[in-house]
Amino acid sequence: MLEPVLQASNLVKRFGGLTATDDLSLDIREGEIHAVIGPNGAGKTTMIGQLIGELRPDAGSIRFLGQDITHLPVHKRSHLGIARSFQITSIFLNFTALDNVALAVQAHDGHSFRFWGDARRDAGLREPAMEALKQVGLAHRADVVASALSHGEHRQLEIAMALATRPKLLLLDEPMAGMGPEDSARMVAMLQSIKGSVTMLLIEHDMDAVFALADRITVLVYGHGIATGTPDDIRRNEQVRQAYLGDELEA
Amino acid sequence: MPALMHKPVTTIVAIALLGLLALVPVASEAFDDPFMLTLFTRIVIMAIAAVSLNLILGYGGMVSFGHAAYIGIGGYSVGILAHHGVHAAWIQWPLALAMSGIFALLIGLLSLRTRGIFFIMITLALAQLVYYLGNGAYAYGGDDGLTILKRSDFGGLIDLNHRPTLYYLCWAILVAALYFCHRTVNSRFGMVLQGAKSNDRRMATIGFPIFRYRLTAFVIAGMVCGLAGVLSATFTDFVSPAMMHWSRSGDLIVMVVLGGMGSLFGPLFGAVSFLLLEEILSGWTEYWKIVFGPILVLVVIFARGGIDGALSRGQAGALMTGIAAFFLVYGVHLVYEDAWIIPTLILAAAFTLSGLVWWHYRRKRVASTETAGGDHA
Amino acid sequence: MLLLLFEQFLNGLQIGLLLFLLAAGLTLVFGIMDLVNLAHGSLYMMGAYFAAVFTQWTGNFFLGALLALPAGALLGIVVEVIALRTLYTRDHLDQVLATFGLILFFNEFARVVFGAGGMAIELPSWLEGQVMVMPGLPYPSFRFLIIVVGLACAGFLYLLVQKTRLGMLIRAGASNREMVGALGIDIKLLFTLVFGLGSALAALAGLMSGPITTVQIGMGDNILILALVVIVIGGIGSIRGAFIAAIAIGVIDTMGRAFLPNMLGTVLNPSDAGTLAQALSSMLIYILMAAVLVLRPAGLFPAPGR
Repeated sequence: MLEPVLQASNLVKRFGGLTATDDLSLDIREGEIHAVIGPNGAGKTTMIGQLIGELRPDAGSIRFLGQDITHLPVHKRSHLGIARSFQITSIFLNFTALDNVALAVQAHDGHSFRFWGDARRDAGLREPAMEALKQVGLAHRADVVASALSHGEHRQLEIAMALATRPKLLLLDEPMAGMGPEDSARMVAMLQSIKGSVTMLLIEHDMDAVFALADRITVLVYGHGIATGTPDDIRRNEQVRQAYLGDELEA
Repeated sequence: MPALMHKPVTTIVAIALLGLLALVPVASEAFDDPFMLTLFTRIVIMAIAAVSLNLILGYGGMVSFGHAAYIGIGGYSVGILAHHGVHAAWIQWPLALAMSGIFALLIGLLSLRTRGIFFIMITLALAQLVYYLGNGAYAYGGDDGLTILKRSDFGGLIDLNHRPTLYYLCWAILVAALYFCHRTVNSRFGMVLQGAKSNDRRMATIGFPIFRYRLTAFVIAGMVCGLAGVLSATFTDFVSPAMMHWSRSGDLIVMVVLGGMGSLFGPLFGAVSFLLLEEILSGWTEYWKIVFGPILVLVVIFARGGIDGALSRGQAGALMTGIAAFFLVYGVHLVYEDAWIIPTLILAAAFTLSGLVWWHYRRKRVASTETAGGDHA
Repeated sequence: MLLLLFEQFLNGLQIGLLLFLLAAGLTLVFGIMDLVNLAHGSLYMMGAYFAAVFTQWTGNFFLGALLALPAGALLGIVVEVIALRTLYTRDHLDQVLATFGLILFFNEFARVVFGAGGMAIELPSWLEGQVMVMPGLPYPSFRFLIIVVGLACAGFLYLLVQKTRLGMLIRAGASNREMVGALGIDIKLLFTLVFGLGSALAALAGLMSGPITTVQIGMGDNILILALVVIVIGGIGSIRGAFIAAIAIGVIDTMGRAFLPNMLGTVLNPSDAGTLAQALSSMLIYILMAAVLVLRPAGLFPAPGR
């Protein structure tokens, strides 16, 4: 069998007396959407922080494409191919949508000590950026200043920026947060359409979306992974039902 | 030039202004008014300094409260070399630029590690350090300053003693600085600079090591400002620590904000209007700052985006009305030059201006609520 | 030699305490309202002018000072209500600019109202003399009074911030502004009160330095920069940090001015040595600040949660 794209082994992260990540192991396979679910405070954001490099685990290791990245800083992991969409929308509000994505392309296209050429006419930046906007269905809003886009569009733009860095692994931190049902449905369809072209780790509270999208699901409780399996496995898992899902799935 | 296309009014006004500035030596000759040339040489030189500050302040979001230090460093480099008998411009000028660059590199290395108010304070402190360095340089006049006896020698190519020639050199450097700034802010480098201003955490996660880009911009701005210092020293034949005093740095920030931060021509508008206003108000009453101070407060509170902002919001008319009202009051003052009338006029002018600014503000608010979301598309 | 050293230390302490009075108000306003107020130096200047005018009027320095303090506080409150209130939510650049405008205004205002020549403050005769602070060390009474008043104010501020309800709110505000709002406190009133307190302290510093220097236009501009250095070194919002940093800077500056000329005088002629010494002791302060910021970017005593 192929080596997983990302393999986290026995991660531990403590904040003072609180163990936010407790002996967590996780492997993400090429091309899949791997969802991580868990109640509030289960340590999902702490886990993302360690995978992206903003937090250092106290124990355990992270391997990405066969390389140990446990101690690499954020921007180097970005260059290896790990991208992240933020839980709180984090874009450049005074740039147009296309400028936002072009900047993400630029970050992975050599150094930026180029002082003369007009970056807004640089096909090497604009074309891949437009491609990413098309992928998320935002191409028609390319020239709109980001501050004038709707909340749902901001989330789409977030993902376009992450895609534009041509990641091998995309970490999606609650992409549906704060969305109405209509926007959520659009987001699910969009993620469905890029599925397979990029490996994704999805953290999400919206269970309908998770069960519609995920190939495999890991359930996190108190920083520990209590079960991993296909949506059907998880649905049937007695431990998961007791710990987290309760009667929610009976309906 | 897509960045310019968005703001045709600004661009037209700016080009017209640059054209008018080019005619100053002719007008000065025609009206037999040498002071006019002196005033505008100063204005053009300060505009170059303001353009350099705008690069880091307006586009990079780095509020340097010590930018006047580079004027001093550039000026002193020329002054000290001249003092030792080195007059060749091709030694003086590159060395002055190099010195400004080195100081900017050192100041940037220390200050760019901090954020927000600490950055403002540390740039202020390091500029004060340079200021007192000038004060303590007893071999070069200490706080009395240093007179430059002979101007830089371009080997007969350019005669800096000829006042119009010096003026046109300054003008050409201003135009070059503006063009350089235009290319740079729209280049890949400029995108990184503006992105880091808007959201530096995000810039790191998409893979930019932003410190080195910021530092580079800081050094470029320092060097351009150093060039303004060279011109200033050449023009006044004098350098002193006073040109690096912290309030000079404050003036530069005021120029940039008054004209419009992060707009290409903002610092040009700002420098011209700041220095003209100073000139007119101080000719009007010796207490001119009592008017200028409140104007500044009002502009900050109500008119974000400065002059350029007003122009591109289509308020050129309102701006013109303001200027016309100002000169009307000024004209009235010239006719009835009675002592008691001055305070009355000051009050009337302040009242008119604040009323106008308030009106702009209201209009802007109404306009933005009516067209929210749609009109950029 | 030891006596001379001690005398210069007292001078440094006196300047440091004046700086502390100015910096205390600045750091409170900065810490609790997140407002950079460059016009704080103008309040210092106006305090000195008020004292000069009221002293002339009443013929008594203490009555003059007693009137100048509430006048200074009132002026601060008026400035806060008219101009600064709208600036709390703005970024630091706007605050720096608008208060820079206020400096221009106040300097010219003082010129119009009080004249360009500056004013002297007459001290009562019993303060003109000297007191024996130690056997063999006479020290000017008024400077000694400044030290006593300064230490008393520092003690008062310590008690106010550590022991009272207002102090609790100030401390809470310095670390978490939203929380104070959530406690149901009238935040506007709290801000105005703190600002008035800061203005009174600035006026106190101004009126006490008035009799030593003359009261003049722009007297607040340079000491303001020093006070800013003090609060940045001490940590924004920290009274304790401001106290330590102010004393340190006062002592460094005075010692530098007092002893460097002699040391440099051995290699330079006296006037050059004087010029260089003055510049060096001023530079020392900014070098200290740069060093502190590089090592501890939030100052020596950063308020928690900022």
